[in-house]
Amino acid sequence: MSVQEVLPLNGAAKEQSGQFRADHLLVAEMVKPGSRVLDVGCGEGDLLQLLETRGIDGRGIELSREGVNRCVAKGLAVVQGDADTDLVNYPDDAFDYVILSQTLQATRQPKVVLENLLRIGHRAIVSFPNFGFWKMRLQLLIGGHMPRTENLPATWYDTANIHFCTIKDFVQLCDEINVKMERAVALDLYGRPVPLNLPWWVWNMFGEQGVFLLSRGGGK
Amino acid sequence: MVVVKSVPSPAISADERSHEVDHPSSLVARFGADQPLRLDCGVDLSPFQIAYQTYGELNADRSNVILICHALTLDQHVANVHPLTGKPGWWEIMVGPGRPLDTDKYFIVCSNVIGGCMGSTGPASTNPATGKVWGLDFPIITIPDMVRAQAMLLDRLGIETLLCVVGGSMGGMQVLQWTAAYPHRVFSALPTACSTRHSAQNIAFHELGRQAVMADPDWHGGRYVDQGTHPHRGLAVARMAGHITYLSDAALHRKFGRRMQDRELPTFSFDADFQVESYLRYQGSSFVERFDANTYLYLTRAMDYFDIAADHGGVLAKAFTDIKTRFCVVSFTSDWLFPTSESRALVHALNASSARVSFAEIETDRGHDAFLLDVPEFFDISRAFLQSAGKARGLTAKGG
Repeated sequence: MSVQEVLPLNGAAKEQSGQFRADHLLVAEMVKPGSRVLDVGCGEGDLLQLLETRGIDGRGIELSREGVNRCVAKGLAVVQGDADTDLVNYPDDAFDYVILSQTLQATRQPKVVLENLLRIGHRAIVSFPNFGFWKMRLQLLIGGHMPRTENLPATWYDTANIHFCTIKDFVQLCDEINVKMERAVALDLYGRPVPLNLPWWVWNMFGEQGVFLLSRGGGK
Repeated sequence: MVVVKSVPSPAISADERSHEVDHPSSLVARFGADQPLRLDCGVDLSPFQIAYQTYGELNADRSNVILICHALTLDQHVANVHPLTGKPGWWEIMVGPGRPLDTDKYFIVCSNVIGGCMGSTGPASTNPATGKVWGLDFPIITIPDMVRAQAMLLDRLGIETLLCVVGGSMGGMQVLQWTAAYPHRVFSALPTACSTRHSAQNIAFHELGRQAVMADPDWHGGRYVDQGTHPHRGLAVARMAGHITYLSDAALHRKFGRRMQDRELPTFSFDADFQVESYLRYQGSSFVERFDANTYLYLTRAMDYFDIAADHGGVLAKAFTDIKTRFCVVSFTSDWLFPTSESRALVHALNASSARVSFAEIETDRGHDAFLLDVPEFFDISRAFLQSAGKARGLTAKGG
């Protein structure tokens, strides 16, 4: 019997608020109105559209040609590009915020990308799937196979996600490269924030994804 | 099976062609001695005229103007029957009621470039000082000269700012020059299938075309009109070479493959056995009927000299410092004349200048000419970009 059949899987649907995804709403809430934002890996531009409704000057980078063309057809300012290779072409301090939403784990050099985000932007907002989520752990522990979830359905051999990490891993990386965490939120499977007053290990266990507002740390 | 006849269309006489040069069947703006056009080569061109067409209606606050810049061998007849060929306008697929460049919403202006042969002053025009055709006495013109002349035309029309400047290929170069030279007059820009500079390979192809024209004995050192000839063989070869660069290997293969023209077996001769040969010969012979050979030399030269970065200390981003213009850069995957890498270099420079830029590469096997063809993805992007620019400009739809 597979793990999927054993566990009470509650469908993939993330909590929706109107037409926008919960994690997008959370990100949008972290951005001050009137600021300049670069969304790296902007997909079909849903987050940029949400930001524009809030008077934010948004730009995007997207790897897939189809995604870019759909964004441009929506009137968004999006260019075709790769987070790993094209961020170096952006000047320092060009944006107030640089957003990397559910893309860090798909980059070849997450550390370099993260450093670039905080070079280009005064702040960065990074969200990623938490590989320490209990379902992931359970699948590996009991099922003995690479975890697959509703939000990460790809098999190990066709996934674009080559650098998974846990919330704990990410926090360690931020410490290592002297990045200050201004805000951290873990969202559960339904896009609800895991309560703030719980210890880190609970977040790392019950957060399906982490959303971090980062800024440059002081000199170390 | 597609069979391309090698028989040319009914001939357009040299008289018809030369009449169109000085007395175009479109609108004309004439600039007298008091308004010379200062050319990059140092010459003040005066008098001169700019032939142009408009479509749609100018709104009350003059905020709905789109300027179309045409490519090398095209002209101002964007969306009307061409006065010489009798064929539909070259961009009717893009321009008209309900089209991406919607003539119900926008006031569209397109002028024949300075140096052209469809009514704007150029080497085929009559030099008022001599009463003879300019020929090679005409000064060398550049892309910035073309744009300067367009700016004078817009001044004449009382148009200060453009909602958008649109163009592909040489037209795209003019779009970029507009944004570099008159950023405050350009609200948005849609440069397509172009580059900020002409590559060595492209200069090489142009040189091939020019040498073909000049090697034709009928060219007579550029004074063919005086001799009652036209270097049609040389110009046709130039067009054939150029045309190959506008297509792609895949498109040629799809269209013609190795199929034979009106025959089953090779003739063991240099006749046009292959359909692709027949097609190219047709392209060459129909082109020479409507286009002037010296004009081809001048306009290809203008493209060769184009290099925006060179005009800004070698740093492309400096051409766009603090620019407020909204850009949408479009390239096509199979365009090897102006490959995507060149558009990407432009986008990097615009990003470095913090410009508001969109960039889309469209997948097609139709080569450089894709911007003139039925490519729905390009239409969708153009339409949406113009709509969002119009919205940002506060343009309201006509009648509501």
